[in-house]
Amino acid sequence: MQNSQSQGVSVRRISVASNPIIAFWQTVVGKKIVMAVTGLVLIGFVIGHVAGNLKIFIGPEAINAYSRFLREVGQPELEYEQVLWIVRSVLLACVALHVTAAVQLSKLSLGARPVDYKEKKNLATNMSAMTMRIGGLFLFGYIVFHVLHLTLGKVGYDPGEFHHLSVYQNVVNAFHHQPIAIFYIIAMGALFLHLDHGIWSMLQTLGFSNRKNQATLKGIGRLIAFLIFAGFISVPVAVMTGVIH
Amino acid sequence: MKFALKVWRQHDANAAGSFVDYEIDGITADMSFLEMIDALNEKLLLKGEDPITFEHDCREGICGSCGFLINGLAHGGQKATTVCQLAMRFFKDGDTIVLEPWRAAAFPIVRDLMVDRSAFDRIIQSGGYISVPTGGAPEASAILVGKDKADVAFDAAACIGCGACVAACPNTSAMLFTAAKMTHLNSLPQGQPQRDARTLGMITTMEQEGFGNCTNHGECEMVCPKEIPLEFIGKMNRDLIRAAMNGQTEANVRVDANGKMVD
Ligand code: HEM
Ligand code: FES
Repeated sequence: MQNSQSQGVSVRRISVASNPIIAFWQTVVGKKIVMAVTGLVLIGFVIGHVAGNLKIFIGPEAINAYSRFLREVGQPELEYEQVLWIVRSVLLACVALHVTAAVQLSKLSLGARPVDYKEKKNLATNMSAMTMRIGGLFLFGYIVFHVLHLTLGKVGYDPGEFHHLSVYQNVVNAFHHQPIAIFYIIAMGALFLHLDHGIWSMLQTLGFSNRKNQATLKGIGRLIAFLIFAGFISVPVAVMTGVIH
Repeated sequence: MKFALKVWRQHDANAAGSFVDYEIDGITADMSFLEMIDALNEKLLLKGEDPITFEHDCREGICGSCGFLINGLAHGGQKATTVCQLAMRFFKDGDTIVLEPWRAAAFPIVRDLMVDRSAFDRIIQSGGYISVPTGGAPEASAILVGKDKADVAFDAAACIGCGACVAACPNTSAMLFTAAKMTHLNSLPQGQPQRDARTLGMITTMEQEGFGNCTNHGECEMVCPKEIPLEFIGKMNRDLIRAAMNGQTEANVRVDANGKMVD
């Protein structure tokens, strides 16, 4: 951070990096584009995930078969769980890039106004946009818990309750613990806020939003975020109300 | 008309500032906001007090010198209007009006409501120019510019560099300004030779100056007196992808006395 008083600083033409990918990643805009692209992949995953979850309403066989399918897809040409692990690696890489960029960019913004306004009004932003950092952090914690919980059965279960690949029974048992069901619903609320701003923000960053379609795209983003929210919470709600047992 | 004012007074960049209360009477509805401060300053001078420092030049909304927050809104909140063009009829008789300078690490306060926006000049220095051949004036029709391109470039060139976008931004980001300046030149045939270097250079310099990162709140476009749209930030982002695909690694950026890039 420099201002006009700094000594001996001037604007010169130099090579800023040894290759264009590094030059791109070094810039704030480059990182912002990486956040948008990795965010897009994660949105795609979440939509696939919610669609998969809804199979639980068809019955135990449907969701358990789906869980086996995710592991067996590609066999016999590919190994058991090979596709699953490729998808997991891509998702992990996306989360890592998304969070790294978010942390680095947030630092810049948080340091850019050392003396805050005493009186400031906002005209365009909303709660979703204002909670991207704190909500994103919470979602990161949720994902860690969620994998330890429903994928690995390491937390949130009484001994003997969790059985690998018995997805239907695992989900029903999971949400019989009411605090956990409520925590999932709150986490999906956080996901709604994150995607409410995130979906449109991704489109804006990648240059798809313009003066004419901005309001429409924001509406579509909110609708998708809401459908994802409704789809996810329908499972814990159905277990708590006894629709699924 | 009569107003109560709360004005941020600060002697220089390093001094502690505070709000000071003033009363002003005898203002007419057709006076501009700056004329109202002129009237107050005359009173202060007669009393032997320091007048309120604020920046201004053209007073017709085209130079970009003026600007501060009025009741929490950059330029006061009238659509597409700079402070110098804001008439006092915008307020109600008897209103209390709060005046605060742009607040940004990159815009140190010079005094009171005036800030140093030379960070913008250095962003321009890194890419806000084109190379022009010397010699006689070229034939007017030698370079054809499509109407669509000319319109985009003209809309972008309307930016007067007042700094309201930075001031209004919750992230203190200068992306709307930088995107406008870049879109102006990157849209035109004359801007093509330096296009990728300009994009990389202006974006890098913007960060070096200490501005924050945009998270698409959209506050900037709401207060912009020239109605520069967020859309141009999307164009800037695509131009950076283009620069990377073209292998661009050289750019004009800020370097120290040893020629090393500053953070
Ligand atoms: C109430 C909402 C949700 C329910 C009921 C749910 C349920 C599940 C279940 C049962 C699994 C294990 C599937 C299997 O073992 O075959 C799983 C895996 C996973 N879920 Fe969720 N999920 C929810 C929301 C989310 C959200 C919002 C995210 C991310 C933003 C997410 C991220 C993941 C990930 C990354 C995995 C895969 C872990 C792995 O395979 O290593 N889940 N989920
Ligand atoms: S004084 Fe020139 S724009 Fe206001």
